Amino acid sequence: MVPFNILVAVCLAYVCVLFLVAFAAERRAEKGHIGWLRSPLVYTLSLSIYCTAWTFYGAVGYAARSGLEFVTIYLGPTLVLIGWWWVLRKLVRIGRAQRVTSIADLISARYGKSNVLGVIVTLISVVAATPYIALQLQSVTLSFGVFASGTPEGWALPDQGATALWVAAGLTLFTILFGTRNLDANERHHGVVMAIALEAVVKLVALLAVGIFTVWGVAGGFGDVMARIEASPIADWPLKPGRWIGLTFISAAAILTLPRMFQVMVVENSDERHLATASWAFPLYLLAMSLFVLPIAVVGLETLPLGANPDLFVLTLPLAEGQGKLAMLAFLGGFSSATSMVIVAAIALATMVSNHIVTPLWLSLRRGGARAPGDVRGLVLMSRRLSIAGILALGYGYYSMSGGGAALAAIGLISFVGVAQILPALLGGIFWRGGTGAGAALGLGTGFLVWLYTLYLPSFGTGGLLSASLLAEGPWGIGWLRPQALLGISTLDPLLHAIFWSMALNTAAYVAGSLATFPRPLERMQGVAFVNVFSHDTPAHGWSRGGAEAEDLLAMSQGILGAEEAQLFFQREAEAQGKAGFLPETTPNFIEKLERRLAGAVGAATAHAMIAQFAVGAVVSAQDLMAVASEAQQILEYSTQLEAKSEELARTARQLGEANDKLTELSVQKDAFLSQISHELRTPMTSIRAFSEILMDPELPGEMQQKYAGIIQTEAIRLTGLLDDLLDLSVLENRKVQLNIKVANLHDLINRAVQSASNTRPERSFTLHRDLPSEHMPVIADTDRLVQVFINLISNARKYCDAVRPELTISVRQRRGRITVDFIDNGTGIPRKAQTLIFEKFARLSDTARAGGAGLGLAICREIMANLGGSIAYLPGQGGAAFRVSLPVKPKAEAAEDAARSSRWIARDNTNS
Amino acid sequence: MKNPRPPLFLARQNYRRRRMMDAARLLPILGIFLFLLPILWRTAETPEPDTAWGGLYIFSVWLLLILAAFVLARVLSRSEKAGGAPDPAKNGAGPD
Repeated sequence: MVPFNILVAVCLAYVCVLFLVAFAAERRAEKGHIGWLRSPLVYTLSLSIYCTAWTFYGAVGYAARSGLEFVTIYLGPTLVLIGWWWVLRKLVRIGRAQRVTSIADLISARYGKSNVLGVIVTLISVVAATPYIALQLQSVTLSFGVFASGTPEGWALPDQGATALWVAAGLTLFTILFGTRNLDANERHHGVVMAIALEAVVKLVALLAVGIFTVWGVAGGFGDVMARIEASPIADWPLKPGRWIGLTFISAAAILTLPRMFQVMVVENSDERHLATASWAFPLYLLAMSLFVLPIAVVGLETLPLGANPDLFVLTLPLAEGQGKLAMLAFLGGFSSATSMVIVAAIALATMVSNHIVTPLWLSLRRGGARAPGDVRGLVLMSRRLSIAGILALGYGYYSMSGGGAALAAIGLISFVGVAQILPALLGGIFWRGGTGAGAALGLGTGFLVWLYTLYLPSFGTGGLLSASLLAEGPWGIGWLRPQALLGISTLDPLLHAIFWSMALNTAAYVAGSLATFPRPLERMQGVAFVNVFSHDTPAHGWSRGGAEAEDLLAMSQGILGAEEAQLFFQREAEAQGKAGFLPETTPNFIEKLERRLAGAVGAATAHAMIAQFAVGAVVSAQDLMAVASEAQQILEYSTQLEAKSEELARTARQLGEANDKLTELSVQKDAFLSQISHELRTPMTSIRAFSEILMDPELPGEMQQKYAGIIQTEAIRLTGLLDDLLDLSVLENRKVQLNIKVANLHDLINRAVQSASNTRPERSFTLHRDLPSEHMPVIADTDRLVQVFINLISNARKYCDAVRPELTISVRQRRGRITVDFIDNGTGIPRKAQTLIFEKFARLSDTARAGGAGLGLAICREIMANLGGSIAYLPGQGGAAFRVSLPVKPKAEAAEDAARSSRWIARDNTNS
Repeated sequence: MKNPRPPLFLARQNYRRRRMMDAARLLPILGIFLFLLPILWRTAETPEPDTAWGGLYIFSVWLLLILAAFVLARVLSRSEKAGGAPDPAKNGAGPD
């Protein structure tokens, strides 16, 4: 017998191990060592959350009550997995192509990104999952009770509620910690997946151990077990064809539509090829899980006293045989099954609730500010955390309301039938282009209501939520509306009756609704994209034209994806279009990509609605679809090469056009500069000439001579300064500059720059925002040159920032082997048109007098950064003028060698001192 | 991307690949057939106990399907990796 305290200690230790494993996996993933974190084995093991505590404890109980029928729950998923070529392959491909975040998102995206459907599916899922989560809490509590009471039969723990509460709170903590680390639901939750993979191994090992002990320890091997089965009360197999088919079907449907299965199978999938492995490995796992169920049930029925709860045979059998350690292992197996299910279910449901209910609600409530929604990211993460807590609270509430009881299997099946209502809309969505959003809503609604009426509400028992008279005689005494005998069909048992009617009416409503209604253009487009996901020729875009301001889109995306991610995405897209900087051309193609990207975070419907605010009138219309269709016909006649070439040409043309614009503007500026540089050179020259002529007068008094010579000198210095700048620039441009590479602390460099720049317009009060701790990092560069760049940027801000209270933010970050330093002020910024020009030589935005320079500063900065292997760019969409200086952490080639030498020197200096 | 008119006949390994895909599609149908077969035994009406042998049958079929799925998954992912390029192992397997 294991003392209860030791059990609790082991349990806590096990939870700590889970935390550590999840934490280690997250750390590895952060460092980029993905490797085996994404292996097919881990993928297959993560699918095992299908086997919950219901399987672990309940399967034996089920077998003890109805014999072989329990296998149907595993035969359905087996058929779906070995038939992966039909459905799963397509689902996973669609999930990746559309960056689907949940099953509600998939349905909503397929039927024209309609959020109504997302809400319906979310509702169904939450209602169906609540009893299921309660079931997990109940099983953990029951198994605790077995140990607490000391005798195998008495599993009544005085404070069962407290155990369930502790378990629920612990699970909430774990799920929030590892399930809401990043917003993009399409990114993988490495920590969670690793933890549930570990739990999958634990539960398999535990059940196999108990099974092996039962067959070879208690019974006398295989032959003896067969004999015992023949002699047991469940020796006869009263196979009921209806239940056999119905249960297989409903479990097959459930593995496709359960939100948690969808989460691990589609959303967390990192490689389509893993599915091929899972197609045989997961059925093998299921087979191993159910292999010993029948022997355990039979031996348990035989050896344990009459009236022992068969749902706990896995625990009580080893205990009764005096195998405390084995019972402990079994307990951990059951605990694993329960916790892994709850964790993933909570993540999946929280994603659905936050993406389809909270975020749209919040966006529509603040209609006025919806164009610049601010920090959506924080809101969504917070709502996801609250949803996780809410869902677990619901589960706990259901548990304490129902007070446990009821055989485990019954609750699980009710849940299965509930989520199976999504199946017609799901399959119709990926195989039938004719399915419409109205049809799907009708089918889902019908199925949900029928399920509620015929199965869910009656499951609370007579006199529960439905009165006894209603159950027996139907509402208002109408017999053919009796919940468990619709249209007078009373030959089916309640579960089959519910499956039959809900699926039949659901499918009928879906098909009829789809046939009768006409889809919106966006629905038709999404229909093609989903049904024909394997053929590459889907030329249509959801946006007929671009037109949105790239800068606005960037500002909005930063609120959702986070500043850094959004900037990186925009920069890459601009690069792909052959443009420099952060603002790509807002082509329909780009908008589509951006929408997908956002959809990965907040779901398709919200992403579409948010972008639609900027691209007004650009949503695709029926005419556009027809145009696309006829275009597609024509394109077919051209060769692929031609298509690629024209793409290439378009890109070149865009580049050329841009270059041409730049050239024209530059030539104008150059002319202006030439006349101005002549003027600049001429002014000092004129005075030098004039004063030197005066100096030639021999009768000039001494002090006058002094004074005039002084003037000549100042003018000559000014002249030399100007010429120095020009020379400097030409040396930098030719890459012939001698760099003096050193290691230095970035913080010190910024300090130096701030100090030196403070004599630019010293009369202005100027607020600086810096995050000092983040600035301490080593840089390997020509520090004097780098400081020169910083000084230039800071003094530019001091000079040109036109805010009443000028402020400058300097933020430093290190990512992906590069250090970036952002200088962001709060002025009006630089107009879009001028952004590409400011780094050119002689470029100046305002008139000379105000600028007081020759317009070479930023040009020199750009050349310095290029020489240092870094870059400087204008950062749009930051609410002021913003510049980003970026340089590599490790410079390349010979520069690095010098630096390494000098860093050794520094190290030696440090040890000496 | 797509050829406007796909060829009517395929080379040997592409032909094999298509048939393997067919097999992958048919496997669950075979599974359904084998799993539903016990319904026809009318086990409830026979006098002798059936659970033990019925269980043996179900688990054997189950294992068989897993093996078949394993073989198909291997073949399909190998030919996917090879892509359109000729697979020497397959060419050597038999006369053309």
